[in-house]
Amino acid sequence: MVPAVRLRDAVSLAGRFPLLAGVTLDVAEGEVVHLRGPNGAGKSSLLRLCAGLAAITSGTAVVLGHDLRADRQSLRREVGLLGHASFLYDDLSVERNVVFAVRAAHADVAGVDDALDRLGLVGRLRTTLVGSLSAGQRRRTALAVVVARAARLWLLDEPHAGLDGEGRTLVDDLVRDASRRGTTVLLASHELDRAAGLADRTVTVVGGRVVDGEQPVGRPGPGTSGVVGARPGGLDTADADEVGCDVA
Amino acid sequence: MWRDALLVAGKDLRIEARSKVALGQVVPFALVVVLLFGLALGPAVGRGSVLSQAAPGLFWVAVLLAAVLAVQRSFAIEALDGASDGLRLSGLDPAGIFVGKAAAVAGQLLALEVVLAGAVALLYDRHLAGGLLLAASCVAATAGLVAVGTIYGVVSSGARQRETLLPLLFFPMVAPILLAATKSWDAALAGTPGRGIAWLDVLAVFAVAYLAMGTVAFGPLLEDA
Repeated sequence: MVPAVRLRDAVSLAGRFPLLAGVTLDVAEGEVVHLRGPNGAGKSSLLRLCAGLAAITSGTAVVLGHDLRADRQSLRREVGLLGHASFLYDDLSVERNVVFAVRAAHADVAGVDDALDRLGLVGRLRTTLVGSLSAGQRRRTALAVVVARAARLWLLDEPHAGLDGEGRTLVDDLVRDASRRGTTVLLASHELDRAAGLADRTVTVVGGRVVDGEQPVGRPGPGTSGVVGARPGGLDTADADEVGCDVA
Repeated sequence: MWRDALLVAGKDLRIEARSKVALGQVVPFALVVVLLFGLALGPAVGRGSVLSQAAPGLFWVAVLLAAVLAVQRSFAIEALDGASDGLRLSGLDPAGIFVGKAAAVAGQLLALEVVLAGAVALLYDRHLAGGLLLAASCVAATAGLVAVGTIYGVVSSGARQRETLLPLLFFPMVAPILLAATKSWDAALAGTPGRGIAWLDVLAVFAVAYLAMGTVAFGPLLEDA
């Protein structure tokens, strides 16, 4: 069976700055994977790569059957990304934002009502402008977009952040339901216990690489004297040369 | 593409209807520009006055200045809270995004031009003769302006100096539109529309070329923004 996500030595650069320095990772369809690692380790970049937002510079990346070196555009309708930003328009209502995102993905708008109900966005809240919402309500609206688009791959970056207790439980329920329906979920979170409880397995990302679970061949693991994890909190431009990328 | 273009245009116009930036800021700004030209070159007494003679050019300079604001606004709404990533992630056809954003700005500019034409007639003492040529010139020039503006709008949207970069890129590129539209309006107002047809053709060719370029180039430009 073809995995939902298959990355081999995937490198992604922003200018000369390496976002990912050779990630190797397989995620099976319907699997829930928790990404953990320090700030700047590359978790968000990994999610953006899988969403087709960050370009792959070298290596291979096939997500939901789409080769990201050849075509990132057609993948995007099939993924739902909950990022640090909400991707919402302040001057549109909650409902209009979700309907726009669903129509843009050429998905069925029939699921919008259900998604809004599920996220507790009911009554007058639906017609409220997103610019008037609290941070938690914006987060719920962004989650409603992911749910309503009926994406095959959910990419959730700190999904519990900014939510109250009820909202956090709701996120857990949504992930479990999605997994039961066969949706693949990649979940980056610093809430280790909570995320680990949701996930089928946990993968550690350090220095732009996966350092356990799917250890790249010939690369040192954590706790060794190698370069992996040698720069806590991130990478620098010297890493672009280290990973052998043409950054001209 | 057309379905996506309609979706994007509808979204942009809905946001404009809510925020009223064009109505509350762009239109008053353009009217103030027309008024300031009047103060600088006035008074407008009869058709021989400087103001009356220069009316077509002043009208189009005011439209160009307003067009920059409208294009900047069109891309500013995409810069809020990662919305441009959302637009890319949406899976919308980039050509559809280009046409939709250009159409939304064009709708606002055409409405603005109607208001400005009235202001020019009133303040500069010019009778708006040759209505058909005036209207055709407005449509062709506006199509060219929004095509160029949308292309350079997305180019500048990713830059830190986006507010100053867009006018720097935009004005030199639309100089041919300013020239052709002014000549075309001049001919229409002078009651010699035959002289303006060639300039209308220039406007049409310019618009078609940039619209075609935009539908092809917008995707890669959006990815790099």
